[in-house]
Amino acid sequence: MKDVEMKMLERAKALLGSGEVARVIGWKKGEFYFDPVPASFESVEELSDFVYNGFCGANLSKYLIQMSKKEGKTAIFLKPCDSYSFNQLVKEHRIVRENIHVIAIECQGKLDIEKIKAQGVSAVTEVEEDGDTVKVSSLYGETTLNKEDILLVKCATCKSKTHQAKDEEIVLHEMPESKNNRFDEVEKLEAMTETERFAFWKLQLQKCIRCNACRNVCPACSCIKCVFDNPASGIAAKANDSEFEEKLFHIIRAFHVAGRCTDCGECSRVCPQNIPLHLLNRKFIKDIDGLYGEYQAGETAEGKTPLTSYTEGDKEPNDVVDGEAK
Amino acid sequence: MQRIGVFICWCGSNIAATVDVERVAEIMKSEPGVVYSANYQYMCSENGQQLIKQAIKEHNLTGIVVGACSPRMHEATFRKAAEAAGLNPYMVEIANIREHCSWIHKDMEEATEKAVVLVRTAIAKVKLNAPLTAGESPVVKRALVIGGGIAGIQAALDIADAGFEVDIVEKNATIGGRMAQLDKTFPTLDCSACILTPKMVDCAQHEKIDILSYSEIEDVKGFVGNFSVTIRKKARYVDETKCTGCKICMEKCPSKKGLNTFNMGLNTRPAIHIPFAQAIPNVAVIDPEQCIKLKTGKCGICQKFCGVGAIDYEQKDTFIERQYGAIVVATGFKPISLESFNEYGYDDNKDVITSLELERLMNAAGPTNGVLLRPSDGEHPKVITFIQCVGSRDTSGCGKPYCSKVCCMYTAKHAMLIREKYPDTEVHVFYIDVRTPGKNYDEFFRRAVEQYGVDYIKGMVGKVYNENGKLMVQGSNLIDNEQVTIESDLVVLAAAIEPEPSVRKIATLLTASIDTNNFLTESHAKLRPVESPTAGVYLAGMCQGPKDIPETVSQASACAAKVIGLLVKDKLKTNPCVATPDEMMCNGCSQCANVCAYGAITYIDKEFRLGGGKTEVRRVASVNPAVCQGCGACTVTCPSGAMDLKGFSSKQIMSEVEAICKK
Ligand SMILES: Cc1cc2nc3c(=O)[nH]c(=O)nc-3n(C[C@H](O)[C@H](O)[C@H](O)COP(=O)(O)OP(=O)(O)OC[C@H]3O[C@@H](n4cnc5c(N)ncnc54)[C@H](O)[C@@H]3O)c2cc1C
Ligand code: SF4
Ligand code: SF4
Ligand code: SF4
Ligand code: SF4
Ligand code: SF4
Repeated sequence: MKDVEMKMLERAKALLGSGEVARVIGWKKGEFYFDPVPASFESVEELSDFVYNGFCGANLSKYLIQMSKKEGKTAIFLKPCDSYSFNQLVKEHRIVRENIHVIAIECQGKLDIEKIKAQGVSAVTEVEEDGDTVKVSSLYGETTLNKEDILLVKCATCKSKTHQAKDEEIVLHEMPESKNNRFDEVEKLEAMTETERFAFWKLQLQKCIRCNACRNVCPACSCIKCVFDNPASGIAAKANDSEFEEKLFHIIRAFHVAGRCTDCGECSRVCPQNIPLHLLNRKFIKDIDGLYGEYQAGETAEGKTPLTSYTEGDKEPNDVVDGEAK
Repeated sequence: MQRIGVFICWCGSNIAATVDVERVAEIMKSEPGVVYSANYQYMCSENGQQLIKQAIKEHNLTGIVVGACSPRMHEATFRKAAEAAGLNPYMVEIANIREHCSWIHKDMEEATEKAVVLVRTAIAKVKLNAPLTAGESPVVKRALVIGGGIAGIQAALDIADAGFEVDIVEKNATIGGRMAQLDKTFPTLDCSACILTPKMVDCAQHEKIDILSYSEIEDVKGFVGNFSVTIRKKARYVDETKCTGCKICMEKCPSKKGLNTFNMGLNTRPAIHIPFAQAIPNVAVIDPEQCIKLKTGKCGICQKFCGVGAIDYEQKDTFIERQYGAIVVATGFKPISLESFNEYGYDDNKDVITSLELERLMNAAGPTNGVLLRPSDGEHPKVITFIQCVGSRDTSGCGKPYCSKVCCMYTAKHAMLIREKYPDTEVHVFYIDVRTPGKNYDEFFRRAVEQYGVDYIKGMVGKVYNENGKLMVQGSNLIDNEQVTIESDLVVLAAAIEPEPSVRKIATLLTASIDTNNFLTESHAKLRPVESPTAGVYLAGMCQGPKDIPETVSQASACAAKVIGLLVKDKLKTNPCVATPDEMMCNGCSQCANVCAYGAITYIDKEFRLGGGKTEVRRVASVNPAVCQGCGACTVTCPSGAMDLKGFSSKQIMSEVEAICKK
């Protein structure tokens, strides 16, 4: 991974140095090794903080909405999954493709610090990935962990290792194949009875503290004025004051991103309460696939989307019984 | 301060028998904002309207709620009354306490309670109404007829005779529709071609009619008075302007084994062909699935022989976009597929045929030159059994629940014609009921029985099977209460009819509604039978429901009258209840434009002030009010709620919901 980071830094320096781009969006060192944060670098000097490691799970594409409006071209590092969100933003005219230079980067699956802690390792100072295992160094020594066990939820069910948009590429090693297992958990939910499912979601959503992190991170939630921030919408609220309110927020948001959510998994990743929000969106994705044909948001930056277009083969509402097409 | 007036209608006993109208009116008097409340026997009557007008003036009303029938009945009436009294017509709300209340409830107490809620709901909405003004839009003085069967032909001729341009878009290579396939027509038994083809020729020669054959509707945008339609002219590989219809190509084409669809597949035809002798336009068409040149690149014989160089293997589909003021849908019908009716042995026995196939077998221009010969061996059938209601009036789920309406008459026709021409033939007809109302219709059927000795057997057929080359028709005779088996040479199935399947796409493009059987729905079953609920779209012929030629022609002429009535107008009032985006909130994401069926939404780049002297250019939605139909699709698509609808704003709808939920 170090070699990838080096190469990225080299390219960032070259692009900024030559003035080809006015800024580079990437990650910079956080307080600890395991919390790098998204950052915009505007000069070669600023790049001294640059980092790319196993903890760079954050999807950078949403930053382009603001950053790419600025003077000059913006370069951005996109992992395969981030490139879907990128396309979706182009499709919805939220960003202008021509103003952006996409550097497609290698991703071996990103790590979840909470899962590492759960394995009994704390105060991580560095990780070294080696195929299926990860050597984790901490203040207390070295441990080798199974990579499977410490991947972010979104990476354990990675949907694709193909970049859907790129102007150049930094891929130095082969990337693991995706497992096509992302609907397994949805199927488990579907197998529940209605009462069980309701209880499941009630339990999960009860935990929500309405920090809005899920919405704020979501590339599909890019509205200039979100309904939840707009007193005139009649549904804006800063806190969940009732059980109904808890669900309302999530159900409305799920509907708003339906057909647009790329399944980037960021909502679940950032949720401080560990609510598996991605399951809600994946259920929508699975239903859309079933009713209107396979569709992956963000695969392209053009073309029709299933929920805002009509084709003759579309299922009529009365063809749908218990969530399944007749 | 708002001053709302409430008017509760009895609708004779329609409402008053189930809803305590006096009580409702009384309760409304104490609703906040209501300054006047009354009830009356017929609000829509002259006197009722007078009452409304007077109240508006006397009490200085700022908005009114009429608790009455569906707004589809009388919203326009009450809006006009309000306008006459000086109130903006869009300050009127209707509470539907008839269809939504009195008609569907029995208990007076409950119905009254519900009526109160419905009226309160309308009051909540009217309080948020704002005066609106209708604009005007010009009328394009040209009509489109979709489907060139007898319905489309008649409608086009009538509209064109009134002096308006008409285009007929026909998906087949010729106009004429099903009627062109028929032999003789009931009830007068005149030859179908003899009465149809002169009308086809009239269409071709009419200076106001443009026939776009072998064409389909690709896209429809716009609205009444201003439809913009994209038509796909399918590649026929023959230049229409050059082909003289000499048919030399048909003679020379080596690929002669294509099923002749005009003859219901009873014989074959060359890859290049003219569907039938009197086809309009009389221009050949190449079936690309069958043409050797188009499939393999070799051949090209027709091109060599064509004297005028009309053959063009390179021809591509072309698209034409035209504007129309009105659209007539006349897409007709097809017989149902018989695959769910194995008991009649249609798939297994060549001599089990449909009535439409029989029409071709009896037609002088058909595969047997009008001599009735059975398909299997070309012999004269001596015993013929007809089975009626194959798939009609069938509630089992295999067929159609409705009566196809024409089968009793055409079966009597077939039976009679056969007995007339071949008196030595025995003819049996299995029927459930014989339904032949209509002028000279029952007489026609009786002639078949009494004069021509056709054996009508009341009962259903259980099975048709082949035994030593004979078709055994096993059924019950309900009158004699016995099982019968008739040894037959030919079995004719009166297959149910269904709307031509492509009507679904047309209906969707036109936002016209269709019923569960795929028939287009009329605006009002009794009072607006030729109008679709979509303004400017009219319905003629079988696409709207089963009917015979006289009815089809009447409906087509009625459509024409409606179309002419529209096209003579220079301007139409537009609906002011249109969508408007809040630019400050619009993301420019294009989702609303994607769902707008009318193409009303475009995008503009607009400069916004950000404060501190900074500005930002953003892409925002812009609605063309002349094109927007107020359907609301965009408002529910917009995630941030930037798009809203005048007259039906989210606020208004939420206030209604709240009024309903409030105890
Ligand atoms: C066996 C049989 C015998 C009959 N005998 C008699 C009789 O003796 N007397 C009588 O009065 N009636 C008779 N009828 C009924 C008669 O056929 C119909 O009433 C009549 O044909 C209806 O005309 P139409 O124009 O509505 O439909 P059609 O004749 O079906 O014409 C519809 C036309 O629209 C075209 N079309 C369809 N879809 C599209 C599309 N998407 N785009 C463009 N074009 C399209 C079709 O190609 C066709 O040309 C008989 C019917 C049957 C089945
Ligand atoms: S809803 Fe979640 S998974 Fe979907 S795009 Fe937004 S952040 Fe990504
Ligand atoms: S929740 Fe809805 S309105 Fe809010 S940002 Fe997301 S999509 Fe936009
Ligand atoms: S991130 Fe989690 S806690 Fe915060 S609003 Fe979303 S679901 Fe609720
Ligand atoms: S309401 Fe919206 S979707 Fe409907 S016609 Fe108007 S602009 Fe189009
Ligand atoms: S859907 Fe809403 S936010 Fe998107 S372009 Fe239309 S009005 Fe603007």
